[in-house]
Amino acid sequence: MSEKPKLHYFNGRGRMESIRWLLAAAGVELAELLSVLTVKVYGALLFQQVPMVEIDGMKMVQTRAILSYIAGKYNLYEKDLKERAWIDMYVEGVRDLMDLIRVHHKLSPQEQQKNLALIGEKAATRYFPVYEKILKDHKDDFLVGNQLTWADVQLIEAILTVEEKVPTILSEFPLLQAFKARVSSIATIKKFLQPGSQRKLPTDEKAVAFTNRIFNRR
Amino acid sequence: MGVCAYNPKKSFLLELGKTLQICISFLSQHRLCGVTGSSHVISCYPAEMRQKNQELRSMSEKPRLIYFNGRGRMESVRWLLAAARVEFEEIFLDTREQYVKLIKDGSLMFQQVPLVEIDGMKMVQTRAILSYIAGKYNLYGKDLKERAFIDMYVEGITDLMHMILMFPFSPPEAKEKNLALITERATHRYFPVFEKALKQHGQDFLVGNQVSWADIQLMEVILAVEEKTPAVLSAFPQLQAFKTRMSNMPAIKKFLQPGSPRKPPPDDHYVSTVLKVLAEE
Repeated sequence: MSEKPKLHYFNGRGRMESIRWLLAAAGVELAELLSVLTVKVYGALLFQQVPMVEIDGMKMVQTRAILSYIAGKYNLYEKDLKERAWIDMYVEGVRDLMDLIRVHHKLSPQEQQKNLALIGEKAATRYFPVYEKILKDHKDDFLVGNQLTWADVQLIEAILTVEEKVPTILSEFPLLQAFKARVSSIATIKKFLQPGSQRKLPTDEKAVAFTNRIFNRR
Repeated sequence: MGVCAYNPKKSFLLELGKTLQICISFLSQHRLCGVTGSSHVISCYPAEMRQKNQELRSMSEKPRLIYFNGRGRMESVRWLLAAARVEFEEIFLDTREQYVKLIKDGSLMFQQVPLVEIDGMKMVQTRAILSYIAGKYNLYGKDLKERAFIDMYVEGITDLMHMILMFPFSPPEAKEKNLALITERATHRYFPVFEKALKQHGQDFLVGNQVSWADIQLMEVILAVEEKTPAVLSAFPQLQAFKTRMSNMPAIKKFLQPGSPRKPPPDDHYVSTVLKVLAEE
């Protein structure tokens, strides 16, 4: 029944990348529109911000709300309230880590050096140990409920993104290495990781300048 | 934790009375503006009743909130629990030692507070906590689409609340600018959205014609912004009416009275406690 969801964003990762990941994992085809200026001008953005995703007759904004809806719709979110709670906690933790990376390109070279150290430190001491332990205690292939959920997709996105900055980050985490291999080989995710998919390259300087101009930032 | 051990010496009638009392208190906890939660059928058989009793007791064990003695990120949790008429306990972090101990005990999944002990879980991450409470106490709409709207509204409000939350920690020279930004965002980005939503459907609540997490969150942020800019609602008649309506809801009315768990606006003591406990630079 569904028309393809339409993603309105810049031609880059930013906040939309997690949404691309989740839709890809769910095997959902999407259309990308790089029409940020148009939608901004025509008032189609609830809080004047992107990401915006047109889905099921709604013009959804706010990354978490969008991800939550997609997860719920495509069975990447447990039905049980407590299992949902665990997924939410795991997702929120990963997103905090992702936030450090998301802003990296906006920093000056000196700040970037400091941020890089921070990303490595937080990943290795605050976040990845938690997921390593969950996989160890849980003994299942996935983080929650023995099926692929939003939490797993968010985690693999984080692992790959951190690895781009800190290539050896998983050296102390054997279970995460196995997790990464396992989840990467799931058909929909394998497809997303191949060239030609909706996945965007790491953000670069030109994209930053363009974004700033659109949103009247310095 | 208020869990009484079963005493075989008590008479059956006394236990029946206690069970009914707990059942009544559980059911009345879930009565919220005419929206009822799931009902529990109490069987007449003692064994079954004992089991229901146990379930009800463990479900009605009070959540425990661990945080600083102030608003911060925990205040939204206090609001939501209060609106759902759920009594809770609070433990306040005053010293770094308490915080370090929590980390060493493995209580803080990502070494951060808020921490809420609820239904056998040690929950962290504010959104996860609020989401769970909203889902449990019927404050999350009735289907996926209503949830989507509640989520969108809540996320927008959270962005505004975040500015208010961080305000006391901003350096003195930035405070005037940040205050102006809070007012500007409230007046031009956020409040118009909710004013329009209420006007368009003409209902009392933001989503689905029943009170939800979004309404509680909106009420909280309106009051928080008004503390900084008293006349902020002057151009928003729908929001003024909304605020009055929400204030008159019994659970919220009670929360707004002195002696409730509601915390006062953050002061210098609160700021210095937070910085000391977290040993932030």
